[in-house]
Amino acid sequence: KEMTVREALNSVLDEEMSADPRVFLMGEEVGEYQGAYKVSKGLLQKFGPERVVDTPITEAGFTGIGVGAAYYGLRPVVEFMTFNFAMQAIDHIINSAAKTNYMSAGNISVPIVFRGPNGAAAGVGAQHSHCYAAWYGSCPGLKVLVPYSSEDARGLLKAAIRDPDPVVFLENELMYGERFPVSAEALDSSFCLPIGKAKIEREGKDVTITAFSKMVGLSLEAAEILAKEGISAEVINLRSIRPLDRSTINASVRKTNRLVTVEEGFPQHGVGAEIGMSIVEDSFGYLDAPIERITGADVPMPYAANLERMALPQIEDIVRAAKRVCYRSVPMAATA
Amino acid sequence: DATPITVETSVPFTAHNCEAPSRTVETTAQELVGFFRIMALMRRMEIAADSLYKAKLIRGFCHLYDGQEAVAIGMEAAITKKDSIITAYRDHCTFLGRGGTLLEVFSELMGRQAGCSKGKGGSMHFYRKEAGFYGGHGIVGAQIPLGIGLAFAQKYKKDESVSFALYGDGAANQGQLFEALNMAALWDLPAILVCENNHYGMGTAEWRAAKSPAYYKRGDYVPGLKVDGMDALAVKQACKFAKEHALKNGPIILEMDTYRYHGHSMSDPGSTYRTRDEISGVRQERDPIERIRKLLLSLDLATEKELKDTEKEVRKEVDDAIAQAKESPMPDPSELFSNVYVKGYGAESFGADRKEVRAVLP
Repeated sequence: KEMTVREALNSVLDEEMSADPRVFLMGEEVGEYQGAYKVSKGLLQKFGPERVVDTPITEAGFTGIGVGAAYYGLRPVVEFMTFNFAMQAIDHIINSAAKTNYMSAGNISVPIVFRGPNGAAAGVGAQHSHCYAAWYGSCPGLKVLVPYSSEDARGLLKAAIRDPDPVVFLENELMYGERFPVSAEALDSSFCLPIGKAKIEREGKDVTITAFSKMVGLSLEAAEILAKEGISAEVINLRSIRPLDRSTINASVRKTNRLVTVEEGFPQHGVGAEIGMSIVEDSFGYLDAPIERITGADVPMPYAANLERMALPQIEDIVRAAKRVCYRSVPMAATA
Repeated sequence: DATPITVETSVPFTAHNCEAPSRTVETTAQELVGFFRIMALMRRMEIAADSLYKAKLIRGFCHLYDGQEAVAIGMEAAITKKDSIITAYRDHCTFLGRGGTLLEVFSELMGRQAGCSKGKGGSMHFYRKEAGFYGGHGIVGAQIPLGIGLAFAQKYKKDESVSFALYGDGAANQGQLFEALNMAALWDLPAILVCENNHYGMGTAEWRAAKSPAYYKRGDYVPGLKVDGMDALAVKQACKFAKEHALKNGPIILEMDTYRYHGHSMSDPGSTYRTRDEISGVRQERDPIERIRKLLLSLDLATEKELKDTEKEVRKEVDDAIAQAKESPMPDPSELFSNVYVKGYGAESFGADRKEVRAVLP
């Protein structure tokens, strides 16, 4: 069976709200409007306004209310229309949610999910295109999950809602309409993916490519192209930014001896920077080439189509970097 | 001792968008004696914390509540532990009021294992969820939406209980207060916003920070009540009224006119932005403990000697708790990595030198 990422997310909200009366959804336009991106379609009709709560456009206020409800023992799913708007509420995500279990020595846990589209969509400009994976990923106390496929969306969102800790769940607007095959197992209402485990999407032996969210798709396409040129790329779908699956990444690099990290976010202090350092710390002796990173350009997102394209990683960027670390900058045809 | 007696509040309540409750408060000798004892204990505890801080046994920030005790105890007298309370960083006495112990307070202040947060929270982060106390928050104003979130959950679960979110006159200007209050009113949440107006947000006098320092009116469409926060009985009456109101009609604001004798925190002598005369004037005329002492004496419910004895007893209780807290060990180094998550899934966490110190989170 095939399913879009949107349908996958919607089905999880439906199933988890059916299974646990403590789970409720709140956010802007989640109810009567049926979700700004229709992720919550039909839920108001099924669960009523007590459990599908339309909020005013006041992120700091409703995020704080969500966190307070989690303190009390409910399991809120707080939707941000985009994570760009969560900046208005980041104090509650970090100071009120992420740190409370620690500060209270376990007296107050915070079972809450903050979810919504993250990173660049298409043509929405600088204030609506920011990837926050590295920001939230740097903060102990949070778990940060990033689905790529419909199976990821199902398994990771279920894991997030059932988790006793605050989870930041970073979706991607451009992925909502993407269709993926979904196994019977993933369609089962008990299906959960483990938090903190990456998935090897494609096995390879020459170079490791790490990616998350939409970039997994680009990396897989890059791997296809590389294969045609005789380079076998292993593509790792991170799935979890925090905890970060260092062991899977290190094991892969110890096998391939080369690493390219891919992300949409800004390069400085990015997810790639952390992965690269982890390899330097634990697997330096295995490297046959310097680590490379492909990232969003180090500029606020421009609007014009040509500039926006330049500001985001493209398949050819990934291919080029992979070839570089394989010392194969010269096309195969020329060397043959 | 449980015979009902009635006492008039010192000043009338001033109401906004609602009918003020009666000035005649029902109480008992037992309750008044209890008020005296717990307020004297709180006062002594805070004075002792001051000394411990100066002796460098308490680190970092330490915000003391002396002067404001009537708010904490008057509120407790009107509600049950099923009701929730959340406050900012001046939280020692609120914690004690919710049934926390002196040992937990002093151990936490000194960063010891026996602390209410096992030494990991510090002065600003006391909690007691089992008694409806949700902290203990260090970010000015953030506790208000959190408290309204508690009320959201109470209504969601049909618990018939209410939440008190306490904040100062400084936090009263925070935008998120108005955001959360709007939702509380839209959704009829059983939330009571308690503005403890001690007249200074750190060193800024209320009139220098608020265009309208009439905080009980600042909810506009939300009813409010101005209360003499130095009068425990007035606080009790107002909180009882507010609880009934909130369960029936949604949120209400209580402005407690109160005063802190200490500076904002231990680094503030509290004398650059207000006069010594002002402080001593409040002590002489409005002190919450002295008010109850006078009441007990004038109604012949206690003798001077009995009250002096009570003060001696609480002093000893505090001294004993401090001695005991000093015996409590510092947290075990392994506690550095505990409670980061409820479920850590075996993820790794790192010390400063990760090759030397790392842990697997359970």
